[in-house]
Amino acid sequence: MTDNERAARKKKIMNVIMWVVLLIVFICFITPFILVIINVFKTKGDITSNPLALIGEHGFTLKNFPEAMKKMNFWRVFGNSFFITTCATILTIIVSSMTAYVFVRNGKWKFVTLIFSLMIASMVIPFQVLMVPLVSVYGGLLGVLNHRITLILMHVGFSVSMAMFMFHGAIKTNIPLELEEAATIDGCNKWQTYWKIVFPLLTPTIATVAIINAMAYWNDYLLPSLVLKKKELYTIPIATQAFYGTYSTDIGLVMAALLLAMLPILILYIFLQKYIVEGVTSGAVKG
Amino acid sequence: MKQNTLSYKVKQYLMFAGPGTILFLAVVIIPFLYGLYLTLTSWDGVSAVKPFVGFDNFAAAFSDVDYWHAMGRTVIYSAISVVLINVVAFALAYLVTKGIKGQNFFRAGFFVPNLIGGIVLGYIWKFVFNRAFVAIASAISGGSAPSLLSTTNGAMFCLILVSVWQYAGYMMLIYVAGFMSVSADVKEAAMIDGCNSSQAMWNVTIPLMRASFVQCIFLSITRCFVVYDVNLSLTNGEPFNSSVMAAMHVYNQAFTYKNYGLGQAEALILFIVCAVVGVTQVMIGKRGEVAA
Repeated sequence: MTDNERAARKKKIMNVIMWVVLLIVFICFITPFILVIINVFKTKGDITSNPLALIGEHGFTLKNFPEAMKKMNFWRVFGNSFFITTCATILTIIVSSMTAYVFVRNGKWKFVTLIFSLMIASMVIPFQVLMVPLVSVYGGLLGVLNHRITLILMHVGFSVSMAMFMFHGAIKTNIPLELEEAATIDGCNKWQTYWKIVFPLLTPTIATVAIINAMAYWNDYLLPSLVLKKKELYTIPIATQAFYGTYSTDIGLVMAALLLAMLPILILYIFLQKYIVEGVTSGAVKG
Repeated sequence: MKQNTLSYKVKQYLMFAGPGTILFLAVVIIPFLYGLYLTLTSWDGVSAVKPFVGFDNFAAAFSDVDYWHAMGRTVIYSAISVVLINVVAFALAYLVTKGIKGQNFFRAGFFVPNLIGGIVLGYIWKFVFNRAFVAIASAISGGSAPSLLSTTNGAMFCLILVSVWQYAGYMMLIYVAGFMSVSADVKEAAMIDGCNSSQAMWNVTIPLMRASFVQCIFLSITRCFVVYDVNLSLTNGEPFNSSVMAAMHVYNQAFTYKNYGLGQAEALILFIVCAVVGVTQVMIGKRGEVAA
């Protein structure tokens, strides 16, 4: 055997070892999900007697789902989550890209510098510092809590700085001023230039901002739980928490509720996996 | 059209940045300033009067033993979690950039916990710790074993384990981007100069990935310090309030015990501690940055 062959063989063995290590870690990673999936098809008694068995003594059952869906009011909370996430994401994109546009093109205006620095500085403030005054102002003084629109606008307000920052970088580096000047000569005003020329060129950044924010809005618990106190306005995380509080002993139903809470985003992930991974990476690296 | 008149500027600004600025001021800046004012009052969140008490809330916060216990716990929890998250994430990133079969599948798989909210993750793990692990432990010991979540140290261990599991996949993606940014040429050059592959790793790749480390550590510190969702669903502060983290203490202080002023003062201190640790880390990290 030559040295080259020996090295090649060694590399191959190393690769197999690494593959096995990865597989073991991967199985550990997804074990919690697998446990939920195998137990969701069991009766309450079977889960208690043996949570590790693949199939319970009383066999395979589907009846946890309809009951959990009814008790959790699944379609209603799913609708709420969907409505809030969609509206807030679209608004975030529109509002923050427009803000970024005016900030890039007029970076020398004093008011722009002021608001821009405020937005950048505010990104380090954790939500815990804002939650008490937020509830005091919008609950106590103005009394606008318990409306989905309030939550949507708050979501947008909290993410506008970060999203503006990402659009700011994209406009500054990717969109040449000459392109806009050409549009102006062709008779576009600023508003038309923005929507016809600049906004369409921002597509990759729009996708990144949309993915990061949509995931954050969909999974957020603390802010929605402070704003939406009425049962019919609950989003999925709040409904899961409330459901667990009431039915924690009925473990079969809990399993079904947890699976239902995860399912929408997991299904989405199967189809958009590549975009989500890319979006999250580029968002994290830029931000 | 004149472009440097005040009315032109105002019109342009309001047309494009108006909505963004108003929402930002309304939910970030105004509450932040109002929060500073609240720390100077002893408001209960309900009554119309907000009695002015000066700096009493800060004095009370500094002598609130429960708060500092929660803070100490948060620091320990964050320190251990941050180290483990980054070690695991870096190791995973190393393994999934080696060109092994199915590495994209593994990458996507390790990221899955990040797709799901902390509340749901916490309840899933509560089931795993309380039922599945107990079943395994009972089978091994032959008797009935207690759940890890019912002991003080066990609850902390569980919180750390879940945080590592939750964030490792996300940080892995950042480290993967870091690995990709170090070009193969540099590593090859090092090998030609006589490095073996582990020397090339320590002396070439890792120093060039410093920015990724700074960023991942910053992200994990800032997330661990204000952990709330998983804390609420996994342990809810139990047993005997021994796993209440600082963020949960702040929440309870304000919304459960109705001490809005004190709660806000404690939140502000938490923010300052977190910001000081985060910024120090970034400054130390950036100081020795190198470029290829």
